[in-house]
Amino acid sequence: MKGGKALAETGDFFAFCLDTILGLAKRPWQVREFIQQAWFISSVSILPAALVSIPFGAVIALQLGSLVRQLGAQSFTGAASVLAVVREAGPIVTALIIAGAGGSAICADLGSRKIREELDAMQVLGIDPVRRLVTPRVVAAMIVAVLLNGLVSVVGVAGGYFFNVVLQGGTPGAYLASFQALGQLPDLLVGEVKALLFGMVAALVAAYKGMTAKGGPKGVGDAVNQTVVITFMLLFAMNFVITAIYFQVVPQKGS
Amino acid sequence: MGVEVRVVGLTKSFGRQPVWSNVTLTLPAGEISVLLGPSGTGKSVFLKTLVGLLKPDRGQIWIDGKNLPKLNERALYKTRRLFGVLFQDGALFGSMNIYDNVAFPLREHTRRTEAEIRRVVTEKLDMVGLVGAERKLPGEISGGMRKRAGLARALVLDPEIILFDEPDSGLDPVRTAYLNQLIIDLNQQTGATFLIVTHDINTARTVPDNIGLIYHGQLAMFGPREMLLSSTEPVVRQFLNAQRVGPIGMAEEKDADELKAEADAGVSLPPLPPIPLQLQPSDGRPRAAERPAGQWCAENGVTPPEGSFREEVPV
Repeated sequence: MKGGKALAETGDFFAFCLDTILGLAKRPWQVREFIQQAWFISSVSILPAALVSIPFGAVIALQLGSLVRQLGAQSFTGAASVLAVVREAGPIVTALIIAGAGGSAICADLGSRKIREELDAMQVLGIDPVRRLVTPRVVAAMIVAVLLNGLVSVVGVAGGYFFNVVLQGGTPGAYLASFQALGQLPDLLVGEVKALLFGMVAALVAAYKGMTAKGGPKGVGDAVNQTVVITFMLLFAMNFVITAIYFQVVPQKGS
Repeated sequence: MGVEVRVVGLTKSFGRQPVWSNVTLTLPAGEISVLLGPSGTGKSVFLKTLVGLLKPDRGQIWIDGKNLPKLNERALYKTRRLFGVLFQDGALFGSMNIYDNVAFPLREHTRRTEAEIRRVVTEKLDMVGLVGAERKLPGEISGGMRKRAGLARALVLDPEIILFDEPDSGLDPVRTAYLNQLIIDLNQQTGATFLIVTHDINTARTVPDNIGLIYHGQLAMFGPREMLLSSTEPVVRQFLNAQRVGPIGMAEEKDADELKAEADAGVSLPPLPPIPLQLQPSDGRPRAAERPAGQWCAENGVTPPEGSFREEVPV
């Protein structure tokens, strides 16, 4: 019985995703709502993303710095830093922030609208809340995630540069010159694709959980909690699968 | 000028728990009907089923020649525009001020200019007495004002059917009286079909043209106001007169032992109170579906309780 319920909910979720995507096909597009939401998601995610990516870049620089020096491969610190930040840290930080800050905000917003009967009222006024509210949020989260990934990469690499060059006495020229040694453009592209998908999944899960919240204010709290846990698990699993596929499909430098 | 709503054999349950079954009633076009019932009998569920927010297990809802539960999504959204619904707490959009809330349906559904929207919104806000509160957010106003703002929003697309989910819950008696007067006036001005879900006896006795009572998962009775107010059917009589003696108990219905004990103790229902006059529109003209007081009783050979249909009847 319980398994059947979980299966039914999964089915509901996929139907909901389909509705959201179909919402894109219907005019008029909710441009205003989209811009407002993109701005809102950016405002809750930019600062934490930047603050989290600085220590990420720094940790990598610290970890690698002394090791690389002992091996006499200082000229590759920049390469390693770029590789680690752009390929892995960027998408992971983006996933954390999009799920933790963006997703929880979307879920709390829609959940409180649900329990205040705002969504019912909207449907009675002849407006489909999925098309009016969810689709713009999902698109906004996707675009903000892509931009966020760019930001995280830049700030992470800059953080690595600062720690390597300023604190560990590395050579600035070597750090910059080795950027291209191991990393390549497809690394950045796959990072952006990951971010796009993370934004989509996080927003869809958050919106679904919010719109099916029930049982008063506690129900909204539960929904937000579940959103964060479910999106974290989904995003980390997706990250692994996409990375595995990427390594199979795109030939790597130096291998 | 109002649309008739015909409900046939409607049944709804959540999982294995039935809410109500086999509800059959007709809301006559342009009239005010009240649906009563003890708390937790699924009155709000009935309202949500009526506008297609919940799907019934069985039964039909005929509106304007269409069977609502069988409509596809697009047709459902189209038919819903016939409805205006006042939700319990107004269900205003918390992020918008009162003006934008009322203007929202117009902006979404029509291509009117902002000047035209302003005219309509001001007119509706004037109707519910909220001019001057346009810039306030729903969180900044009282529950009564939220209800009235919700009503203004429900009215803005000129609906043919207006549903009220407990318009009097959480309001003081004075505000309730004002709101009831507003409902009568709106009914007279718009000629729309009204359905009010409530458990306020005073509202039920004076506002409607028809009364229905949901009890124990069934529609116990539905008909003209005078029919129910003069009814000696135990459940109807107990509820409409707010008495403890009768089949309705504190928890759910009383069990057979309790009822027998009541009968043995010789407790009988007190006499029916007189039937009050219907509330009249404030401009002195007749109600939308005005019938002479006592007409139903006379036609059906029922003697109304002593003192009925007099001015100033104590309730």
